[in-house]
Amino acid sequence: MTDAPEPVVITAADVQHLAGLARIALSPEEIDHLAGELTSIVDSVARVREVATPDVPATSHPVALVNVLRPDVPGAVLTQEQVLSGAPDASEGRFRVPAILGEEQ
Amino acid sequence: MADGTALSSDALLDYDEALAKYEPVLGFEVHVELSTRTKMFSAAPNPAAADSGTVEPNTMVAPVDMGLPGSLPVVNAQAVRYSISLGLALGCSIAETCRFARKNYFYPDLGKNYQISQYDEPIAFDGSVEVELEDGTTWTVPIERAHMEEDAGKLTHVGGTTGRIQGADSSLVDYNRAGVPLVEIVTKPIVGAGAAAPQLAKAYVATIRDIVRSLGISEARMERGNLRCDANVSLRPRGQERFGTRTETKNVNSLRSVERAVRYEIQRQAAILDAGGTIIQETRHWHEDTGTTSAGRPKSDADDYRYFPEPDLLPIQPSAELIAELRAALPETPTQFRRRLQADYGFSESEFRDIINANVLVELEETVAAGAAPAQARKWWLGEILRIANARGVEAGTLVSPLHVSELIALVENGDLTDRLARQVLEGVIAGEGSPEDVVRARGLAVVSDDTALTAAIDEALAAQPDVLQRIRDGKVQAAGAVIGAVMKAMRGQADAARVRELVLERAAR
Amino acid sequence: MAAQSEIVRWSAARLAESLAAGEVSSVEATQAHLDRIGDVEADVHAYLHIAGERALARAAEVDRLRAAGEAPSALAGVPVAIKDVLCTSDMPSTAGSRILEGWVPPYDATPVARLRAAGLVPLGKTNMDEFAMGSSTEHSAFGPSRNPWDLARIPGGSGGGSAAAVAAFEATVALGSDTGGSIRQPAAVTGTVGVKPTYGGVSRFGAIALASSLDQVGPVSRSVLDAALVHDVIGGHDPNDATSLDETWPSFADAAREGAASGSLAGLKVGVVHQLDGSGFQAGVRQRFGEALKRMAEAGAEIVEVQAPHFEYALAAYYLILPAEASSNLAKYDAVRFGLRVDPGGSTVEQVTALSREAGFGAEVKRRVILGTYALSAGYYDAYYGSAQQVRTLVQRDFDQCFAQADVLVSPAAPTTAFRLGEKIDDPLAMYLNDITTIPANLAGVPGLGMPIGLAPEDGLPVGLQVMAPLREDARLYRVGATLEAILEREWGGPLLAQAPALGGAADRGERIRTTPGTAPAPGYGTEPDGGTL
Repeated sequence: MTDAPEPVVITAADVQHLAGLARIALSPEEIDHLAGELTSIVDSVARVREVATPDVPATSHPVALVNVLRPDVPGAVLTQEQVLSGAPDASEGRFRVPAILGEEQ
Repeated sequence: MADGTALSSDALLDYDEALAKYEPVLGFEVHVELSTRTKMFSAAPNPAAADSGTVEPNTMVAPVDMGLPGSLPVVNAQAVRYSISLGLALGCSIAETCRFARKNYFYPDLGKNYQISQYDEPIAFDGSVEVELEDGTTWTVPIERAHMEEDAGKLTHVGGTTGRIQGADSSLVDYNRAGVPLVEIVTKPIVGAGAAAPQLAKAYVATIRDIVRSLGISEARMERGNLRCDANVSLRPRGQERFGTRTETKNVNSLRSVERAVRYEIQRQAAILDAGGTIIQETRHWHEDTGTTSAGRPKSDADDYRYFPEPDLLPIQPSAELIAELRAALPETPTQFRRRLQADYGFSESEFRDIINANVLVELEETVAAGAAPAQARKWWLGEILRIANARGVEAGTLVSPLHVSELIALVENGDLTDRLARQVLEGVIAGEGSPEDVVRARGLAVVSDDTALTAAIDEALAAQPDVLQRIRDGKVQAAGAVIGAVMKAMRGQADAARVRELVLERAAR
Repeated sequence: MAAQSEIVRWSAARLAESLAAGEVSSVEATQAHLDRIGDVEADVHAYLHIAGERALARAAEVDRLRAAGEAPSALAGVPVAIKDVLCTSDMPSTAGSRILEGWVPPYDATPVARLRAAGLVPLGKTNMDEFAMGSSTEHSAFGPSRNPWDLARIPGGSGGGSAAAVAAFEATVALGSDTGGSIRQPAAVTGTVGVKPTYGGVSRFGAIALASSLDQVGPVSRSVLDAALVHDVIGGHDPNDATSLDETWPSFADAAREGAASGSLAGLKVGVVHQLDGSGFQAGVRQRFGEALKRMAEAGAEIVEVQAPHFEYALAAYYLILPAEASSNLAKYDAVRFGLRVDPGGSTVEQVTALSREAGFGAEVKRRVILGTYALSAGYYDAYYGSAQQVRTLVQRDFDQCFAQADVLVSPAAPTTAFRLGEKIDDPLAMYLNDITTIPANLAGVPGLGMPIGLAPEDGLPVGLQVMAPLREDARLYRVGATLEAILEREWGGPLLAQAPALGGAADRGERIRTTPGTAPAPGYGTEPDGGTL
């Protein structure tokens, strides 16, 4: 990937799709604006590809630890009141949400 | 089987015709809830643990289980051990290093709106499981991988008429189940089962259930969702190399349903292909009540889960010592287990096959382990319990615990219950009235062993039938039968007939 | 008893001594700060929430403990401000976002719990860019904080509130969080001290996540010793954070005291990272940086130039990794369990979530969440997120090579002095460049310290130095930082903040009339095509 990356264009349709994945409603103006901004940002950050040659391993954690585990011992839980303390809506000890579109996952 | 006879608009092709034209290819994703004491990533108690009863909603929740800001996951060491054991039991290789990844999607039962799972580096991969069908033939099911992940919360749909998601006004969310440790076992495509595909499906899931039970890592109660199966089915015309388009049927939560759902999908897909149609790659939902599947969400580019390595967790690198330790502690395989039990119990091949086909081997073994004689255990599980289970369309193992069956058998052996009374006690136990002892006490069903009451009843019966008394006195002992019958009736069956006979002869002789 | 106006200027170390000696009570110190907040907060807006009564009650409790001989720690009774990114069970925790307005968590973040256990007195929660996305606090949903040196300028970000609070004497010390410079850059532009510890040195439990693999909580103060004292309290292993380092740390306060006492840097190799040496930075920043190097050399340090060729890719990698992790971390704000819900009625949960996120998130958050979603999406992962993680490896290797040649690395802590409010708000790329010198440390996890090294001649505003050390060598930062601080304060005749303009009441204002030369930062920095690294 040492060749110059092709210029990236993020279209309004792309932003619409991404906003759907990220579940953020956006106005048509916001979408157009973001499309332009993201194109220039992605254009800038795409240069990571210049040095990301296949021989370089990826690093996901700054400090390499392994096997950080917890003993299977019960600890504190929140009370039902604490669980629901921030709920926008609740009923019968549970969170209430508006109708779910579509199917069970 | 009532394959889609009612309430479904799906056209179905005759099963034999479907199999003559098409070859089914199967695949399974089985989710196993581990019975660790705490959750996968938090120290909240695990509702899938053995001793967990019914609890109030949202009372087994730690911050990370409901995705509170600032909360962090920490991996349960026991869940990792259980997962390795399961991987080994599935004949898998255990990864030298594996890690967690985030699967990103929005759904209200998912507190963080991502599921911590494993993606490109599962803890176990490349295994196989030997599965025995009802006719005794064995199949090797290839395992692609087994990976660790967390369960989601539970939704209750309110408003509307069906209690289903469609038409509901709103839904209620309980996060008690969120974060329960899961292992997802994914098979490679299973080819060549032909007409036996539905049976193989059932046998495969039963085998997984038996394995996790023998490992002691899950309660494995399908009716409680401890074990859940998604069945992938595709058909290809006979002779074609390429696999057909598959559907994924979810929510198949009993062994019987697994078999029915696969059979239904084969017939449904065959009808579509036969009519020149194409199969849509989609999720389908199994409906236990109608025995049909219905279309769910089509697979689309909206399914972009944006997996990436979970930055809050570190890689897991099981040591060779740990793997060796867990391997050494593995129980027998289900096949070995069967062979051993058959020999130990002295059952014939056909007697034993009945047990396996009724899916009560584990129950039977546990009943024997609790003290019952194998023949008695077999008699009850294949007799009265299986009869009730079949009548209700459920698995026998879901009705009653082996411990209670063993207690029931002991009561009969001790002469406290007659067979007839014991059947009544069994009914009570199944109805949730407690242990056999509890039911005996509550319903007052014990055999009357107090001779005073019996003697009084006998004297009364003899007095009511002077001719019979005379015949007995004349040496016609078989005449006593009439009196015994009357006494048993008077005692409402709560007497030992042999003892009654003894006493009748004794009283008549006076 | 000391005058209230004097108490608020004391360091934590000095206040602790007076508390121990009984010269002042925690209630008096706390009240002094609340009074100061009353005087200047309208101008500075460092706080999002002030817990006056609770603070006084806690101070009284700590005074009673001390009287009973049970002072929980040396810092018991010292007032502290807490960045709003940290969960507090008795105060709202919003992370500067409308979507969490009014949310009170059911638990304390581990660093907060440790502060409380040590008897420090939380005064309130400080302002920040929304979810810590920003370098100026202008992305706070609740309005920006202002730089006490010049109220028309930014106090840095994201932790501008904590930096402004200690710089304006509205708190003795504070907590911050640093994902790409959010502790060190505000320190630089407000003339204060801030430390990003080694990743894993301080628990992240209860810190509202921005980018999990980069976030680190740390101290904000007016002196190197104070930062060390706070670090000693909040640091150490926490089983609730899997990335927390399970090891024994030396006393950072001891390291700072040793450094200040020795006055010498003999034997120390100081590496100047060629790629961060300030060419292209504001002139006054370069000048003070050069002078600081000279002071260190005079104190016996050997100054060497080191190469980190991949640092020029660090900013790009950072602006892929951070948005990617943030897009996932911020998915929990869905209007189901907590936070803002916008429900027009008759909508599905999908619509309610989308509308709530539209209304609850600011422009910068939306921008980064969408960017991160893009970087992780099917077909782009390898090219963007994957490549960025590879660059991370290269940056770590660069650090390894640099630390093979030098004990500590230094650079300016920010490319410019404080810029004017509004100056970069509409130019995300220019805003991102503020973190150019601080980001590599986050990618590699190494500790970094920001501290004042003077005022830029052209605008009279503070200039900061960044000192970086190898993983787990945080003590080195405190030792070196304290030595340099002692040298500079001798030269200045006191702390740099003594030169800051007075704030608050008119009488106060009369003490020193501030003159701002009004020179803009190096013109067009960050907007020139070849001016920066992006």
